[in-house]
Amino acid sequence: MTHTPPVPPVREVQPSPRQMMLRRALRHRGLLFGGAVMLVILLIAIFAPLLSQHSPYAQSLMARMKPPVFLGGEATHWLGTDALGRDYWSRLAHGARVSLMIGLFAATISALIGSTLGILAGYFGGRVDMAVTFLINVRLAMPVVLVALAVVALFGGSLTVVVTVLGLLLWDRFAVVLRAATMQVRKLEYVAAAEVLGASLPRILWKDILPNVMNHLIVIFTLEMAHAIILEAALSFLGLGVQPPTPSWGLMISEGKEMLLFEPWLITIPGVALFLLVLSINMLGDGIRDVTAPEGRN
Amino acid sequence: MTDPILSIRNLTVDLPRGADRPHAVEALTLQVQPREIVCIVGESGSGKSITAFTTMGLLPKALTPSSGEVLFEGRDLLTLPAAEHAKLRGRRMAMIFQEPMSALNPCYTVGDQIEEMFEQHTTLSKAERRARTLHLLDEVQLPDPPRIYESYPHQLSGGQRQRIVIAMALALDPALLIADEPTTALDLSTQAQILHLLKDLREKHSAGILFVTHDFDVVAEIADRVVVMKQGRIVEQGPAEEVLTRPRHPYTRLLIDAVPRRSRAVGQDLSRSPEILRVAGLDKTYHIRGTMFRPARTVHACRDIEFGVRRGETLGIVGESGSGKSTLVKCLIRLEDPDNGAVWVEGTNIAGYSRRALHPYRKDIQIVFQDPYGSLNPRRTIGDQLAEGPTNFGEPRAKVMARARELMRIVRLEPEALNRYPNQFSGGQRQRICIARALMVEPKVLIADEAVSALDVSVQKEVLKLLNEIRDRMGLTVLFITHDLRVAAQVCDRLIVMQKGEIVERGTVDEVFGTPKHAYTQKLLAAQPGQAWEVPDIASLPPARLDAMGGLI
Repeated sequence: MTHTPPVPPVREVQPSPRQMMLRRALRHRGLLFGGAVMLVILLIAIFAPLLSQHSPYAQSLMARMKPPVFLGGEATHWLGTDALGRDYWSRLAHGARVSLMIGLFAATISALIGSTLGILAGYFGGRVDMAVTFLINVRLAMPVVLVALAVVALFGGSLTVVVTVLGLLLWDRFAVVLRAATMQVRKLEYVAAAEVLGASLPRILWKDILPNVMNHLIVIFTLEMAHAIILEAALSFLGLGVQPPTPSWGLMISEGKEMLLFEPWLITIPGVALFLLVLSINMLGDGIRDVTAPEGRN
Repeated sequence: MTDPILSIRNLTVDLPRGADRPHAVEALTLQVQPREIVCIVGESGSGKSITAFTTMGLLPKALTPSSGEVLFEGRDLLTLPAAEHAKLRGRRMAMIFQEPMSALNPCYTVGDQIEEMFEQHTTLSKAERRARTLHLLDEVQLPDPPRIYESYPHQLSGGQRQRIVIAMALALDPALLIADEPTTALDLSTQAQILHLLKDLREKHSAGILFVTHDFDVVAEIADRVVVMKQGRIVEQGPAEEVLTRPRHPYTRLLIDAVPRRSRAVGQDLSRSPEILRVAGLDKTYHIRGTMFRPARTVHACRDIEFGVRRGETLGIVGESGSGKSTLVKCLIRLEDPDNGAVWVEGTNIAGYSRRALHPYRKDIQIVFQDPYGSLNPRRTIGDQLAEGPTNFGEPRAKVMARARELMRIVRLEPEALNRYPNQFSGGQRQRICIARALMVEPKVLIADEAVSALDVSVQKEVLKLLNEIRDRMGLTVLFITHDLRVAAQVCDRLIVMQKGEIVERGTVDEVFGTPKHAYTQKLLAAQPGQAWEVPDIASLPPARLDAMGGLI
């Protein structure tokens, strides 16, 4: 007589990792709040022309510095007008496009550079790692704002130049984090198993390494997106970012600064918008981290 | 009978809602007398560690004891304020953890860490503390106590560190010692020394020891009384001799029956079958370059390794950690390049091949790793991972998926499992999936690198049976790397014993285990725990009788 336990069938309906992630996502308040705010800003950016009756460029000297509705203004310009009589709501809505675009594109360029370097360094180690670490150190030695200012001053400020410069400057965090994450994943036995099964190097990197460091990548992406948006605002404020009359939130703050003491809402409105956008992106990033890697939460 | 040191009555610990069962531990009652070693045995998830943690007051916050009492020296630990409990810990009750590598703080010398015990709980002067610490180091049989006193944890071996942990536990002569799998992470010979030490200390310090383990050999070696747990309930308890040789509960019987026997049933005659793998003169040396703070070192991980394996044969490679088994495996599957020597697979020497030239031969040697949780990619479906190998060798997808379904049946999983992710499977199931993945490319040689070491004993039995079946059915050659001599004896035809990168002994299982010639093999065999225990033949015992609740009558 032998006691052979029957092989338990895999019947129990256990959710797949994706389903579990979704479940955690729907319970995560920060993620939901961040996502909702982000979605609203995104929709405003996309439908900006439909949502505003006035052109963001149309000046009207008759209607300068009209206060917003909640400060006693009229309904035609519900967020008021700026020093040139341009509709503030329209500029804010169109400015969201600039901010989001800069955030997305700069972070994408950074992500491509940083994660490629980081994954290669983490996977190969040795000399490759030394070279990449050296590059990271060089990059970290450069003050971002100063370098960005110098380059923009040289090439002139435009959306493309700002996006490219920021993209080329913000990859360090991607590289550092993905290098460390890859080093951990690389040691795991499924990577060895794939190698033994004859998988080619690009295949291992693509199928076994990348999906398992993706959660880090997404979190850093949101952080750097917020970082890029703030930097663009700073550059525009200093007059070296997006050039007028293009509406940009940083530029709006810059243009309003002379009137700070008399018409503070000129700065508060784009300031609050910027604050909300960065806050929502950061909350989204934190939420994604908690949801994709619940074991890493503290 | 004297009063028990520890008396747990009717203890129930609740699991958080949504867990697979309502209680981690249910209606548990046990006692520990002075000078008694009580072993709690059970498979993973049986609640044995939870029992230990409850007593120490170290339960994770999500778990709460809901009823019962834990009486220690006349006080109920469950109702004791946390601060009072903390005062007892270390002074009256102490714990030895499983992982000696992480139980010590790497920032302080071990002397400081032991002294901290005296600092916390006594008013001894600095000189007295030091004297007591040195005495303790001597008592746990560490060589040259003054030198050890000044050492940092990373300068000591695993066994030495575990002795430090034991010394800390014994510092204030506790009445109760709780040991949670204290030898699981250690080598055989170190384990033997630690077990011996614990038995000694019980006599000298008159402490009661609650010993949590999954290993029946260890139980046979040291236990006075045995408590068998399953899913949070005690299914059987009694004197060690009674439980081990005449188990009464079906679950205890199942566990004991799953312990591998020290002899192999019948080995078939393989002298005629062709040699499929031959390794000759294989060397691998690691050079660790020196830095400003550390001299250069050269480690001979493998030296002049030579052996051959015939088709259908199982060759066991046995050795402790650091013996070079893993390096040898890595050289065979070419995750590392050997410095010298040849690896002939059916007449082709693949040792010197470049990555590209090697590609077609990759599938000849496949491997199943130790850790069932680390060897499957959590983000790919089982089917995708099974298809990986054949796809890399250019086979059409439809054919590959058909074979994947067939292999799932062979390893006794449902073919629908192919669409699931690894997190939906238990350790044993994952190990079966790993076997299936290795078999997908129809290898000639399968390397099982400690493939069953991480599994519970009953699951281990299943996987071993499966491996045997597959070997016979497919004419597979198996290299079985293990540190567990029982497992080696049961499944292998021939054995190689490795020490410090060299093969010190080889022969059939009977030759190596029956008449060991090399001193190292003899030492290894002598270090096995529970040698006096003959695993009973479960079939010859009277049938178990249970009441409706699953309790013994």
